Amino acid sequence: MSTTTTSSGVPVHTIGTATRVRYWLADRFAMISAVLVLLYLFLPVAYTFVFSFNNYTKSNIAWNPEGSPTLKHWLNPCGPPGICTALGNSIKIGLLATIIATVIGTMLAFALVRHRFRGRAAGNMLVFVPMATPEIVLGASLLTIFVQGFSKVGLQLGFWTILIAHVMFCVSFVVVTVKARLQSMDPRLEEAAMDLYADGSTTFRRVTFPLVLPGILSAAMLSFSLSFDDFIITNFVSGDTNTFPKFVYVSYLRGIPAQANVIGFSLFLIAVLLVVGAQVIGSIRAKA
Amino acid sequence: MSALSALGSATAPRPAGDTARAVGGRKITPFLLLLPGVAWLILFFIIPMVQLFTVSLQSNFPGYPGYYYRDVNFGNYWRAWTEFAPHFGRSLLFAGIATFLAFLLAYPLAYAMAFKAGRWRNVMIIAVIAPFFTSFILRTVAWRQILADNGFIASTLNRANLLPGGHITETWVAVVAGLTYNFLPFMVLPIYASLERADARVIEAGGDLYANGFTTFRTVTLPMSMPGVLAGTLLTFIPAAGDYVNAELLGSDKSTKMVGNVIESQFFRVLDGFPTAAALSFTLMAIILALVFVYVRKFGTEDLL
Repeated sequence: MSTTTTSSGVPVHTIGTATRVRYWLADRFAMISAVLVLLYLFLPVAYTFVFSFNNYTKSNIAWNPEGSPTLKHWLNPCGPPGICTALGNSIKIGLLATIIATVIGTMLAFALVRHRFRGRAAGNMLVFVPMATPEIVLGASLLTIFVQGFSKVGLQLGFWTILIAHVMFCVSFVVVTVKARLQSMDPRLEEAAMDLYADGSTTFRRVTFPLVLPGILSAAMLSFSLSFDDFIITNFVSGDTNTFPKFVYVSYLRGIPAQANVIGFSLFLIAVLLVVGAQVIGSIRAKA
Repeated sequence: MSALSALGSATAPRPAGDTARAVGGRKITPFLLLLPGVAWLILFFIIPMVQLFTVSLQSNFPGYPGYYYRDVNFGNYWRAWTEFAPHFGRSLLFAGIATFLAFLLAYPLAYAMAFKAGRWRNVMIIAVIAPFFTSFILRTVAWRQILADNGFIASTLNRANLLPGGHITETWVAVVAGLTYNFLPFMVLPIYASLERADARVIEAGGDLYANGFTTFRTVTLPMSMPGVLAGTLLTFIPAAGDYVNAELLGSDKSTKMVGNVIESQFFRVLDGFPTAAALSFTLMAIILALVFVYVRKFGTEDLL
C-alpha cells in the first residue's frame, strides 16, 4: 500500500494489485453467496408455482403424468370449499393483530426506553420471556386457559382466541424492533427541537415520531408476516376456525388442492411486487 | 452542552442504551403507556402459564378417563423425563445443528444486504420475508417432494452411491434441513440489523490496518455484529427446538420425533394426556430458558433487548 498526493494536496491511498484482486473476490463472494441463499429460500416457492399448473387433484404429491399444464386453478382460486374463508380469516386476523400489537407494543417500547420507573427490569423480562418460550408451550398454555377459564365467561375457541394469541406473541417482536430504533436515535435532535422552543407534544409530533416511524413500520410488517404464517399456536387455539396455514396442514393427508399453490404463490408475488414497486416509484421521484 | 453546536459534528456518539428522559413526561405517563401491553401479557401469557403449571401437577380420576383433579403430582414430570428423554435430546440436537447451519447461510446474505446491496437493499429484505406469505406448511410440503426418493436430489445422490440409507425424507437429515430452511429468516434479519447499524467506515479502517479480508472479518466485522448473531441464534434455536411440523412432514414415524410431536399428540390424541403434555411443556421451557440465560451470560456483553 502506498500513499501518493494529488494535485490538490489530498493524500490518496492506492491499493496493490494482489489486494485488489482479493477485495474483488471478497466483494463478489458475499453477493454470490447471498444470491445462492436467496435461491435456496425461493426453491420451494418455485415448486408451489410450478404445481399450481398441475392438472391433478392431489396437486402436491405428484405431477399428473397424462395432464398437460392447466390454468384452471388460477381461474378458480376459491374452488375448494373453505379455502377462501380460511384465507379471509388469515388476512383479517393478520391486520387486526398487527394494528393492536403495533400500538400497544410501541407504547411499551416508549415506556421502557424513555422512562425510569420501578419494575422496569421486570417489564423488560415480561417482554423477553414470551419470545424465549417455544410456540408449542404458548399454544398449550393458551388452550388450557381458554378451555378451563375463559370459556366460562363466554369466550369460545375461534376467531377471537386466535386474534388474542397472535397479538400476544407479536407484541414482544414489536417492542424489540421499536426499542432498537429508539435507542439508536440521536437524543440531540429532540434537544435541538426543545431549544428552538418546541413544546413537548410538538417535539414528539414533528421530531420524535417521524424518526421512530421506520421502526414502527418494520415492526408492523414483521407482525403481519408472523401472524399470517403462524400455524402451531393457531392450531391449538382455533377450534373449528380455519386459517390459511391450518387449511393447508389439515388438507395435507387428503392432498392439498392446487388452488393452495395458486394462493400461496400469489401472496408471495404481491408482497414482492409491492416493495419493488415502491422502490421503483421512489427512485423515479428521486430523479425528478 | 449546547445541543445546536453538537448537531454540527457529523459523527454522533451512539447514545447510551437507556436514555431515560421523559419528553414532556409526568409521573403517570409511563404507567399509561405500559398499561395495555402489560395487561395483555399478564392476561394471555402469565396467567395461562400458571394455569398450565397447575395442570402439569394434576392427577387423573381413576376410572374416569379425561377427568382430572387438583394435586401436587410430580409423577407427571418424572414420566415426561423418563419416557421422553430421547425426544428432548433430539429436539436440542436437531435445533442446535439447524441453528449452526442457518448461521453459516445467513451471514453472507445479511452481510451482502448491509454492505453490498445498495438500492436493492429493500428488495432483498422483502425477498427474505416474502416466503412467509406462501405459508411455511406449503413450503415444507414442497421440500418433502423436492427431497423425495424420485426427486432430482435423492435420485442423483443414489446414482452416485452417496446416500447410505437410500432416502433423504423420513430421516433426521430431512428434519434438520427443514428446520434450517424454515427458521433462516429469523437468523438473517437480526444479523442484518446489527450490521446495518455498524459503521462501514470502521470496517474499512480495519481493512486498511489488517489488509486481509479474513482477519478484518474475524476481528472487526464479526464482533460488531455479535448482538445480531446472539439474537438470531436465539430466534432460530427456540422455535426450532419446539417445532413439530418439520418432524411430522419430513421425518419418520419414530426415530425422528421431537418433543413438540409428543406434546402435540399428548394434547390432542392421547386420552388423559393433558397433565403429561403440560409437564413436557414446562420441562422444555425450563431447559430452553436455562440454556438461553447461560448463553446470554456467556456471549451477551450488552443488554440483549
